[in-house]
Amino acid sequence: MKLDTSGLESAAPVWGAPSELVDGFSAAPSFEVPNTTDFDGFQKEAIQMVKPAKGTTTLAFIFKEGVMVAADSRASMGGYISSQSVKKIIEINPYMLGTMAGGAADCQFWHRNLGIKCRLHELANKRRISVTGASKLLANILYSYRGMGLSVGTMIAGWDEMGPGLYYVDSEGGRLKGMRFSVGSGSPYAYGVLDNGYRYDMSVEEAAELARRSIYHATFRDGASGGVASVYYVGPNGWKKLSGDDVGELHYKYYPVMPSTVEQEMVEVAGA
Amino acid sequence: MARYDRAITVFSPDGHLFQVEYALEAVRKGNAAVGVRGTDIVVLGVEKKSAAKLQDSRSVRKIVNLDDHIALACAGLKADARVLINRARIECQSHRLTVEDPVTVEYITRYIAGLQQKYTQSGGVRPFGLSTLIVGFDPYSGVPSLYQTDPSGTFSAWKANATGRNSNSIREFLEKNYKETSGQETVKLAIRALLEVVESGGKNIEVAVMTKEGLRQLDEAEIDAIAAEIEAEKEAAEAAKKAPPKEK
Repeated sequence: MKLDTSGLESAAPVWGAPSELVDGFSAAPSFEVPNTTDFDGFQKEAIQMVKPAKGTTTLAFIFKEGVMVAADSRASMGGYISSQSVKKIIEINPYMLGTMAGGAADCQFWHRNLGIKCRLHELANKRRISVTGASKLLANILYSYRGMGLSVGTMIAGWDEMGPGLYYVDSEGGRLKGMRFSVGSGSPYAYGVLDNGYRYDMSVEEAAELARRSIYHATFRDGASGGVASVYYVGPNGWKKLSGDDVGELHYKYYPVMPSTVEQEMVEVAGA
Repeated sequence: MARYDRAITVFSPDGHLFQVEYALEAVRKGNAAVGVRGTDIVVLGVEKKSAAKLQDSRSVRKIVNLDDHIALACAGLKADARVLINRARIECQSHRLTVEDPVTVEYITRYIAGLQQKYTQSGGVRPFGLSTLIVGFDPYSGVPSLYQTDPSGTFSAWKANATGRNSNSIREFLEKNYKETSGQETVKLAIRALLEVVESGGKNIEVAVMTKEGLRQLDEAEIDAIAAEIEAEKEAAEAAKKAPPKEK
């Protein structure tokens, strides 16, 4: 069966395609234009329908020891919880992680594709690609599909020669470098706990606990987030999964049931 | 063999690509160019044909920048060089744009060599008639490099190399006299090698020096001064040889 490599090329030709013999600049980038006068409204309804609300909570932050990445594991379709065990932290390669928010298929496919591109870069240049470079490759691909209905809100976290790196990349083509990010419908709740408890010089355990609690609190308040809170750590030797705790159990760990004082007790009456 | 001389590059029965070999001939007729790598510096030297009286010599720069940290000199068809240099410059910037990092010397050499190879395997085009010497510093490791490409599209790294007219004699000289040098010593070695085949004087050679800080073109006065130094050293060596050793 012939391998489908169409995913390896961008749909819209980017300028400067190196396969042309003539100067790459002179050919103006072009792609087929829909046969309509209203370009902004074209397929708007369809795109709005396809664009899910990114029902999830993912977060990542850089601290002294490296990068901490955490996510929930619930997939929802409207009010229906379709799965409680989705892997939202995608392993691009042994030293880089990506998070999934938005369309699951889009995130999985393009992260896999990014992994391929990173490996090819390694083979050609005899050195690992930087987190900057990897996130830029992904952002360029997503930009070239802008307006075509992709839904990806991802964070690329990794450790390269410059140390820990964290970038937020989305399907609008945006790319931001930062120290703390949270993406998804539960992100406001996660930010509340994360921003409050964050210190740059935390230990790995402290940072993991902060990440775990942030995800837990987001799942507590956001209906579209839940399942298992996974926490990954990216250090100089690559990433390592630290924990995966069911948020229901975390709830009782943080808020154990207190035996309440009893005012009246039912007494067992001996058989009369 | 005349049948395999056509404009398209095709194999001859005994496995030659004549167009590529003819391109190498064009290179051999071009002006001499030499490159020498030191521990903290790389030097490029190019033979300059005496400028016509009315020509503005500043518009004829033979050693050019591809990026802040990479320079190129070549021997062969200068018009072909212009096209190749433009494509390489675009690629340097395109690389900065897509991965937010400057190119390594090896990457851009591979790109140029790939481009030269493409033109040996396409219809209706002829190979580029030039060999290039590419020098620069690796932006990550800070290691200096010297690479050479040729019309067939092969490339390799060198400690010192020459291309163009009389490149064989220059290379012989370099093989005999090369040693690990740094700073001004490397510059002197490059100029000495070039002066083997070029008339002495600052106005007949163009020299540029690449350090971690960037490319610097040496002006005529500097080159004259170094050439004079070399002459003096040569005379001193001759004199020492002629005077018989006094000790028993």
